[in-house]
Amino acid sequence: MSLPTYTPWNYRVWHYTYITICALVFFFLIAPLFIILPLSFNAEQYIHFSKGMLALDPDAFSLRWYEDMIYGTKNPWGLAAKNSIIIAFFATIGSTILGTVAALGLSSRHMPYKAAFMALLISPMIVPLIISGTAIFFFMAKVGLAATHTGIILAHIILGTPFVVITVTATLTGFDHSVTRAAASLGSNPVNTFMKITLPLILPGVISGALFAFVTSFDEVVVVLFLAGLENTTIPIQMWVGLREQLSPTIMAVATCLIIMSTLILVTAELLRRRSERLRGINR
Amino acid sequence: MSTEQILSSDGLPLEVSLRKAERKNKLKALFLVGPLFLFLLITYVFPIGDMLFRSVDDRMITSKLPNTFAALEKWDGKELPDEAIYEAFYKDFYPLAISKESGKLYQRLNYEKSGFSSGLKKTNRKIKKFEKSNYKEQFMETHKIWRNVDYWVALKNTAPKWSYVKYLKGVDLKLDPERNIIQQDEDRRIHKILWLRTLKVAFWVTIFCFMLAYPISYLLATLPMKYSNLLMICVLLPFWTSLLVRTSSWMVLLQQQGPINDLIVWLGLAANDNRPELMYNVIGTFVAMTQILLPFMVLPLYSVMKTISPSLMRAGKSLGGTPFVAFRKIYFPLTVPGIGAGSLLVFILAIGYYITPALVGGASGSLISNTIAYHMKSSLDWSFAAALGTMLLVGVLTIYWIYNKLVGIDNIKLG
Repeated sequence: MSLPTYTPWNYRVWHYTYITICALVFFFLIAPLFIILPLSFNAEQYIHFSKGMLALDPDAFSLRWYEDMIYGTKNPWGLAAKNSIIIAFFATIGSTILGTVAALGLSSRHMPYKAAFMALLISPMIVPLIISGTAIFFFMAKVGLAATHTGIILAHIILGTPFVVITVTATLTGFDHSVTRAAASLGSNPVNTFMKITLPLILPGVISGALFAFVTSFDEVVVVLFLAGLENTTIPIQMWVGLREQLSPTIMAVATCLIIMSTLILVTAELLRRRSERLRGINR
Repeated sequence: MSTEQILSSDGLPLEVSLRKAERKNKLKALFLVGPLFLFLLITYVFPIGDMLFRSVDDRMITSKLPNTFAALEKWDGKELPDEAIYEAFYKDFYPLAISKESGKLYQRLNYEKSGFSSGLKKTNRKIKKFEKSNYKEQFMETHKIWRNVDYWVALKNTAPKWSYVKYLKGVDLKLDPERNIIQQDEDRRIHKILWLRTLKVAFWVTIFCFMLAYPISYLLATLPMKYSNLLMICVLLPFWTSLLVRTSSWMVLLQQQGPINDLIVWLGLAANDNRPELMYNVIGTFVAMTQILLPFMVLPLYSVMKTISPSLMRAGKSLGGTPFVAFRKIYFPLTVPGIGAGSLLVFILAIGYYITPALVGGASGSLISNTIAYHMKSSLDWSFAAALGTMLLVGVLTIYWIYNKLVGIDNIKLG
């Protein structure tokens, strides 16, 4: 944003103040994430920058906390990572299928009480997690699924579907329904039409919804706190437990891994969004 | 005048045929929504209803002590009950004491009046040696609660199947022995403060988010695509990053020996041995929640600002308005829908926040969700947790309803 040369001085001052404010806000948003990276390479056991680190002395940095994360004795992270991945994987599949199918129905112009259904299907995203957690816990205890993977997966399907519904309905708003009618007139049955015509077109939306569902499950701690037994511990639970005791460099190492993961997911989601907009012919 | 009916190819009047086709399409749409709807109904909506039910359900005592309550019905509550009632209580309590199934009963009655638990426990131990007559005397010898008419009144008061005392407790009210609603004792009035604090935190976090989000959303919406996409990453990366990671980074930053305190000391605002407490109080909750919820304000604001044509501002200026007047009279009113959407979303999310206040809030920065969790996991007063949860839920659903009216739920933007 360069200013034209005729700009009066007071607007100039205002302009640069504004840019500074924006820079500070962006800094506030992003800087806290980056504080974690160097600390995870700390050679010492403390969570602050040692003199050696500030002087960029190579001896002050080490990978010992990553080693501890992977090989440490009595280490909970291995089991937690395994559980997290299993739970998130099945929860994602469940939410994506249920959410996509529901979104197809919701985007139909013939759907009755559309707003009411939509409000209900989105509600797990709006209702505070502590309430969802409480309610789901009572339910799972009643049907004997508390402290099981199945129970947690079901809970995460509940929490993940709203994201899939939102992203897929958004993708379907620009969808040209004449292509499915064309397919039908050429003798294709509905399932075939969906697999060959509709799905490839809405795939970017489906995948970004699935990413949301995956992240929701992978990151979810409140409901799991209620539902999980010792066997079902997940990465967020271990982080929660660790953070309540004390900040340890191993947690910083785990956090760094999670930041790298979220960066990769962000990049994928952004690429998908752009592709989807291109496919739907939305130019911004 | 006769109208000739138009027939479709299968011989039906066109109107009927059309209606049939519409109904088929409607059923098809419902059929697609059906699986998710049923799934949520069973695993989510009913459980929440069940929680509501649990918060007013008070049948446990009555069902465990049926004879006692039958006998108590005629008792006037003025003097100690007579032998028949003690006998009825013996009949109820003896099998419970033998089968060791009375733990919940102690707990529940102790909420009603403290002292019940220890009295019942002692009675539990002694009751096996009771002789089969003169129950009143034996009970009164066993523990002082049986000599005190107040405990019998308290017991009788638990007779109704449904009770709203948990809701009263949630707003620091209670019932006195005569069933009048009165204020909770001074030192026990903690919930009103919590509700107010939760509202206050949610309100100010929303305001802070708005103040921080507005300038950067404007910048993002007006910059050329290639720069704004880059800056958008600063908004989206925190959005996609684990909540626990973001909270732990605030714990690193705000701790006593942390970088922010280092900076404060270096600037000479505080002495090294007198570093301010930035965490485990309400400051920590404010700062961390503002940063964590900021993307939820930026995204709706950005998507509204993106649709405002820059030529409107130019037109305003060319008609003689200063940039500030043009902004206030033209641009700002156009962004109000985005402000509404973002604020309601942030407020809804903030009011039910649990993880961040629990980790950085300490005692003075904890919110209503933390109390619900405490009653679920530690005090095990599940019906009180359910009552608090229901109250919070009603609040959130009201805002959700407003949101739906104003913004439309299908307009939520994600990334």
